[in-house]
This record gives sequence, structure tokens and C-alpha cells, in this order.
Amino acid sequence: MYDCGKIIAGLVIFVGLFTSPFWYDLSSSTALQTPNPVLPTKADQNECVASLEFMRRDHMALLNEWRTEVVRDGITYYRSANGREFEMRYTKTCLGCHPDPSQFCDQCHNYIGVSLYCWDCHNKPALQRQGPQLAEILSPKSEILNKHQMQNPKQLKLMFSHRR
Amino acid sequence: MSISRRTILKLAGLTALGVTAENYASAHAGSTTAKILSKAVGAGKRLTKSNLQQKVRLAMVVDLRKCVADQGCTKCIDVCNKAHNIPDFGDSKDAIKWIWKEPYENAFVDQENFYMRDEFRNKMVPVFCNNCDNPPCVEVCPTQATFQRPDGIVMMDWHRCIGCRYCMAACPYGSRSFNWRDPRPFIRDINPDYPTRMKGVVEKCTWCDERVDQGLLPLCVEACPEKAMVFGNLNDPNSEVRQLLKDNFSVRRKPGLGTSPEVYYLV
Repeated sequence: MYDCGKIIAGLVIFVGLFTSPFWYDLSSSTALQTPNPVLPTKADQNECVASLEFMRRDHMALLNEWRTEVVRDGITYYRSANGREFEMRYTKTCLGCHPDPSQFCDQCHNYIGVSLYCWDCHNKPALQRQGPQLAEILSPKSEILNKHQMQNPKQLKLMFSHRR
Repeated sequence: MSISRRTILKLAGLTALGVTAENYASAHAGSTTAKILSKAVGAGKRLTKSNLQQKVRLAMVVDLRKCVADQGCTKCIDVCNKAHNIPDFGDSKDAIKWIWKEPYENAFVDQENFYMRDEFRNKMVPVFCNNCDNPPCVEVCPTQATFQRPDGIVMMDWHRCIGCRYCMAACPYGSRSFNWRDPRPFIRDINPDYPTRMKGVVEKCTWCDERVDQGLLPLCVEACPEKAMVFGNLNDPNSEVRQLLKDNFSVRRKPGLGTSPEVYYLV
């Protein structure tokens, strides 16, 4: 075989480059870590909106469905299989029990390389603690609203009850 | 078995007759339905889905005689911008506008008179999405990202928006804005209770649908120090909006286009 040394050296380099993503993954600290989602520990947070198996396999379908129902159909409450009612709010209900996405969602999502785009628009709970709250603007002492008395809320509730 | 020419002609004739009869029947039925409906809704009222079937048709009345936007008041705008995480790109070309001020003659282009009441000449008018009863933006949206709620609010489902901007071309009021850039860095204090938008999404005023669902008034209505804005159910004869419209002369923006805007301005 002519140029045996060059060919074998070239092959070794080629195989090395070709498999480099695997070496990179093995050497990096995060990628091959076993996912370790932190589960809620509080007593009143012992059950999710559906069974563990369902949530593991189909949580994305459930989230999509909730989104459609809340935004488009005006359905805001969800009754789970065992009769408990949940408000269909991602940032409140889901993140109420799983407050840190990096300890929960990202654990598996990073592992399988599926990136989430929820946070492009929705605010992470960490952010929710910063900055002045809207409630401050709307408090009776607020300058913006100081001159205005709110209309009878009960009456308004009735007026908009069609959305419930 | 072969079919004779005679049989084919017979069948063709029968088919043609059947199709014509069906068309005629459906057209006739349609016109009768329309007559009945127009009686039920009342003469002069547009026959659209929302005011036919629903008990609630939300509408806004802005009393321009009370509004002091021309004297520098921006409270409705401030409170909206803050609550809905509206970015400030610093350039009027790509500004995101939910509620903003427009000179009277620009807001009401078809009602401009050369000589007019002094207090309305160059008066700044608060304008926002008219949440039309016959919304052209909904008509053109290819993904149904924008749609009309049963109570009349023209909603945006930002999850679905693909940023084609057909709706912006269709809206005759310029009520829709496009995020040419990621808006997050341009929002001063993010309101954590409301989502931001992302690059490539169209947004607009939705009459604070999130507050309406909780039985609250839109923020601009609450924030107005002069109580110039009134929000309510147009289909309820006893509502404040109906009372105001009954007792006062009102104008709407570009009503001739047939979009049936649901913001009424008292002048």
C-alpha cells in the first residue's frame, strides 16, 4: 500500500473529527448529567393536575390545550381526574409548584436538547419578584389613579360573567 | 353494459336541474333568514356575528369634551404602557402603540372641516384599537392568530402570530404594531404579571381582556382623571355607554369603510 502512513493518519483525524460531538458531550459537565428535576415538597403540592405518567409523556399537549382554551375559548378552570379544580394559568398554577424552571423544566429539556421558548414572552418567576408591581400603580394611593373612583365592582362582575 | 347517448343526455339534464334547484332554494332561504334577523336586531344595525348572537357587545365611549389630552395629560397612555410591557424603541417609525394621541383632523380624516370649533382644532384625541364589529384584520389573518371574542373584543393569540403583517395592512386605523426587534431590552420595568412579546409578533390594544375577564375595567378607563372614557355593554339598553350615546352626538373613526368601529367619540 502506497502512502500507508498518510492514509492511516488521515483516517484517524477524520474519525476523530467525525465523532467530535460525542467527545464534546462526554467532556462537558452538563449534557450527560442525569436529569434531576426538583419536585415540590409542600404538603398541599403533593399532586399535579394529572397523573405522573400522563404529565411525563403528554405535558406539552396539555399545555397547548390549556393555552387554546384560555386564550381563545375563555375557559379558565380545569377539573382534574380526581375532581380538584385548577386555574389554567401556566405562570401561576404550574410555576406555583415548580417555581424554578432551571431546577425542573430545564433538567430534562437540556438533557434531550429540546430548548424551550416559553420565556421569550412569559416572565420567569425570578423576574416576578423584581420591579414595582402593577398593584402599586392601581392602589388607591397611586398618583395615576388618585382622582378616579372605581365603578361598582359587583355590577361589573355581573356584566362580564359571560366569560366565566 | 353500455349507456346510450340518450340516457346520458337524460341524466345530464336531471343533474343540471337538481343543481339549479338547490342553488335557488339556498339563495331563497338565505334572503328570508336575513329579513328575519334584521327584524330581530333592529333596523340600521349591522348584521354581524357578534351583535346577532351575543348578549354582550363591549364598546368604549370617549368624551372628547372632557378629555384633556391636548393639555398634556398622558395618564391613560402611561398606565397602559406600564401594565402591558410596551417597549420604547426610541424611534417613531417602529414604535409600539396600543393607545396614543392623534390630532383631531388625523383621527377623523373624513370629518375635517376647514373651519371648525376652536377647541377641536388641533385637539389631541386618544386613539386605540376600535375592536371593530367587522374587523378586517381578523378576516386576513392566515393563522387565526387574531380573532373576535364572543363579546366583541378583537383578540390576539401571540402564540400563533407568524408576523406576516397582513393585519397591519388591513387595519385602517394603524392600531397594530410590529416588533422588528426583541422588545425586552427596551422595556423599562417589566410588569411580571403580563407577558412581553418577542421579535416578529404583531401586537395591539385588546381593551385589557385579562382585566375584563376578571370583571375589571380596562386600565385607561380607570386611569382617566376626567372620567372621559366609559366602557360597557352596547347590547344592554340601560348601560352607561348606551345612555351616553342616546343623549349625545357621537362620531366614529372612518365609519364609511364598513368596519363598524366600536369606539364612540362624543364631540
